[in-house]
Amino acid sequence: MGPLIKLGAIDAGWELLIALLIGIAFGFVLEQAGFSSSRKLVGLFYGYDFVVLKVFFTGAIVAAIGLVFFNYFGWINLDRIFVNPTYLWPTLVGSALMGLGFVVGGFCPGTSACAAAIGKIDAMVFLGGIFIGIMIFAFGYPLFEEFYKSGAQGRVLVHEYLGISRGLFLFILTTVALGIFWLSVGVQRKNHHKNLKY
Amino acid sequence: METTKKKYMNPYLAGFLLGLVILASFFLSGQGLGASGAPKRLIVAAVHAIAPAFTENQGFFAHYLANGNPLNNWLVFMVLGIVVGGFFSGAIGGRLKLKIDHSPKITSSSRLWMAGIGGAIFGLGSAFGRGCTSGAALSAMSSFSLSGYITVIVIFGTGFLVAGLFKKFWI
Repeated sequence: MGPLIKLGAIDAGWELLIALLIGIAFGFVLEQAGFSSSRKLVGLFYGYDFVVLKVFFTGAIVAAIGLVFFNYFGWINLDRIFVNPTYLWPTLVGSALMGLGFVVGGFCPGTSACAAAIGKIDAMVFLGGIFIGIMIFAFGYPLFEEFYKSGAQGRVLVHEYLGISRGLFLFILTTVALGIFWLSVGVQRKNHHKNLKY
Repeated sequence: METTKKKYMNPYLAGFLLGLVILASFFLSGQGLGASGAPKRLIVAAVHAIAPAFTENQGFFAHYLANGNPLNNWLVFMVLGIVVGGFFSGAIGGRLKLKIDHSPKITSSSRLWMAGIGGAIFGLGSAFGRGCTSGAALSAMSSFSLSGYITVIVIFGTGFLVAGLFKKFWI
């Protein structure tokens, strides 16, 4: 039963090698999807390319459905997987900054690493920027600490928060995603700039 | 170069494969993907090498130094993998080339300034948000974390809100 490393079925000594292999698969898929192009990524915000939306939501939903089935078959104990804890206020501020940084810089950390790997100089500079941003936080931590730890709610599951079952939540999420995919086709056609090469 | 350039993968197929990668990650290790953790830990390791007395007494650095070498970590090796996997995909797709992507309306140097500033804002945001798009949003959504759904809605919502201000840099 999984998670294999956490429950001792695979020796912890393999963990870093497995991380490297998972990372290789992740980077490969990102680049294959076109996430090494900043102008393709920000296309979402201007309605001319919805590849981010499609890949991102399909990925999240496929993994979520997979976890639910693995749990149902008794292959994984979902109580033992990492669920990002909820810290409301710092998450709101951090995510707003990330949204701004995405539109200004054209990447996020994972996509910039992948784009830098194939020679995109703008991605390398973006990566350099990430280091600066994190250093500002690291050295300013005594100032930020109280806020950083505010709004702590622990391990909150989204369906429990909404008071519905995991399955129903997943069904709603999938339906919403399919609706958005369907809408995006029309929007993309409308906003397609004929001279836009990227 | 142009003629050997292959098309990108169908986005739904890429999304499906991405989902399998996340699932494998949780099944094997109990944690998902991540990207911003690696730069964070590299900074901690570098500053610790230069000024160990400072890092052991400052909350942020001390936290990441608590479990031994901060580079001996899942997230650090994952990002090494992203670089290898991205390079491999670019190689078979005929996309390995030093270049700067930018709108024809702006110069390469404005694009690089924007990339650097955007990266810094994103980096700061990922520190407050306890992770970036890969870990705090994508993987967190898969593990049904409330925080993951807040993160994804606010990242993309803010993106749409501010996009108009930066239009000339992209199209």
